[in-house]
Amino acid sequence: MSSSTTNTTTISTAGPPSRRNTELAMLVFAVIIPVFAYANAGLALSDEMPSGMLSYGLGLGLLAAVGHLVVRKFAPYADPLLLPIATLLNGLGLVLIWRLDQSRRLAQRAKDAGMAFAPSAPNQLIYSALGVALFVGVLILLKDHRILQRYTYISMVVALILLILPMFFPARFGARIWITLGSFSIQPGEFAKIIIAVFFSGYLMVKRDALALASRRFMGLYLPRGRDLGPILVVWGMSILILVFETDLGTSLLFFGLFVVMLYVATERTSWIVFGLLMSAAGAVGVATFEPHVQSRVDAWLQPFEVAKNGGSDQIAQALMAFGSGGVFGTGLGQGNSDLIGFAANSDFILATVGEELGLAGTMGLLLLYGLIVERGVRTALAARDPFGKLLAIGLSAAFAIQVFVVAGGVMGLIPLTGMTMPFIAQGGSSVIANWALVAILIKVSDTARRPAPTPAPTTDAEMTQVVRP
Amino acid sequence: MSELTLTVMRLGFLAVLWLFVIVAVQVIRSDLFGTRVTQRGSARRAAAPDRPQTQQQRQQSAPPPQRQQSGGRGRRGAPTKLVVSEGTLTGTTVALQGQTITLGRAHDSTIVLDDDYASSRHARIYPDRDGQWIVEDLGSTNGTYLDRTRLTTPTPIPLGAPIRIGKTVIELRK
Repeated sequence: MSSSTTNTTTISTAGPPSRRNTELAMLVFAVIIPVFAYANAGLALSDEMPSGMLSYGLGLGLLAAVGHLVVRKFAPYADPLLLPIATLLNGLGLVLIWRLDQSRRLAQRAKDAGMAFAPSAPNQLIYSALGVALFVGVLILLKDHRILQRYTYISMVVALILLILPMFFPARFGARIWITLGSFSIQPGEFAKIIIAVFFSGYLMVKRDALALASRRFMGLYLPRGRDLGPILVVWGMSILILVFETDLGTSLLFFGLFVVMLYVATERTSWIVFGLLMSAAGAVGVATFEPHVQSRVDAWLQPFEVAKNGGSDQIAQALMAFGSGGVFGTGLGQGNSDLIGFAANSDFILATVGEELGLAGTMGLLLLYGLIVERGVRTALAARDPFGKLLAIGLSAAFAIQVFVVAGGVMGLIPLTGMTMPFIAQGGSSVIANWALVAILIKVSDTARRPAPTPAPTTDAEMTQVVRP
Repeated sequence: MSELTLTVMRLGFLAVLWLFVIVAVQVIRSDLFGTRVTQRGSARRAAAPDRPQTQQQRQQSAPPPQRQQSGGRGRRGAPTKLVVSEGTLTGTTVALQGQTITLGRAHDSTIVLDDDYASSRHARIYPDRDGQWIVEDLGSTNGTYLDRTRLTTPTPIPLGAPIRIGKTVIELRK
């Protein structure tokens, strides 16, 4: 015990242990599960162990090992669960995408459309590697998350540019959320969600007192002053514009929801939630009545089977059938028919494959894993000592949670379907890379939050005066 | 592949997935039960016997000569440390080695109280010639309480009796 060197003991110094070995054990576990799933899917699909199993396991293990070593070196006190859960989700996603690559229906569908069928799993593995590389880069280069605070308004501009840019590129699949450069395309919204969380944290840290205290009480709610309503109106208008010009309900919901959550956390005023819900409801209903693309999405949500019968898209109907036929324990990996969904079966609709082949039990397990990432983010926010870190951690985990809710709700028919990807498991490079960066920032904040306070230096004149501080 | 194998693998996979979730929850269980300060405080009291610890501390901080003259040092039942048991400094301990301990908001106090109800030089605790520890109020505004009675004169401290200054409670322990 360090206290024996001095006469004075300040007990709060020790803090939590670093728990890196726990993380290592969980990581080994998190690599074994997807390899098991891979073997299971391979056996079910072709009666033999998949040929790439060893290299897949080694590849995933290598990515996890690199991530772990970098965390050990650069964020030794970080939360022990974030990296293993992210690795597990990414590995399961790769298995599910590989499993859908083996589908003869999807290959036939691509052939009918006159395109060569290209398996997505190898690309996704490359994107995962890039994601882990960005994770490592963020951990090494971002020495302290408070550096991000300096770029509050720059990040606002960058986020706006990233959000507005897709308007000038042709729409793909009915939504303008891609920037296309030759054969390469990225979804800037995925990166914008991190950058805008940085802006909101920096902005609200400065303005929280004005927003929280200058208010009138009316019917049990604290009404903010008119001029303090400015920022929320601006963000609301922006998300409506995104909805109108990019016809992307998901991104628009994500940004507005993120802002309302962060306003609530920064000011502790319930009125912001009430205002936010009212405004988003008004905005969504307003746009849905005017915009044909959004309208068709709402129709497909309200009457999925009618729409499918009348020759519209049968995606939602097939997804609901997939969830239903999965039952409680599912059909088993590789034995479902979720490839009937056709287009976007391995990206937006990948949760339907989980629902059919792993059943309710598997879907709940997966959602709990997402919930655990969010919980660790919120816990990090609670433990963080600086207000910027608190808001940043809560913002990033709220963005993650809203994204999971929007996608899962859309696929399950709870809310209209939006073009977003399930973090980590859905096919799509931007999503995987951006979410690894998000986890890296959370790990960095949690490292700062859980790092024990420096022990006081032993005083030379300990006998005469001893100064004890909390 | 036989139907049975696939069924076993299917259920086995779900079991493993849920096992991961449960293990993960076990990992974060430490967040739910108690703070580290109380755990360490009780563990230390239970685990470390007081006598060896005092001897160790005495060896490490070479004692000035005048302290060895104080007679009651080796006496049985003498307190060896001062423990803050309530207030913002909870968990802080100061070894009693014959020196005077000052309490207050002043920066050069032995225990700097971060307490709105404390004066800058609030009280002091010192050993008398017999090694008996005495608490004396230094004319503080809000007073020093020993077991609910406000101190007016220097008073000997019984072992384990709470001394209250504002929101801070300290006591002497063996």
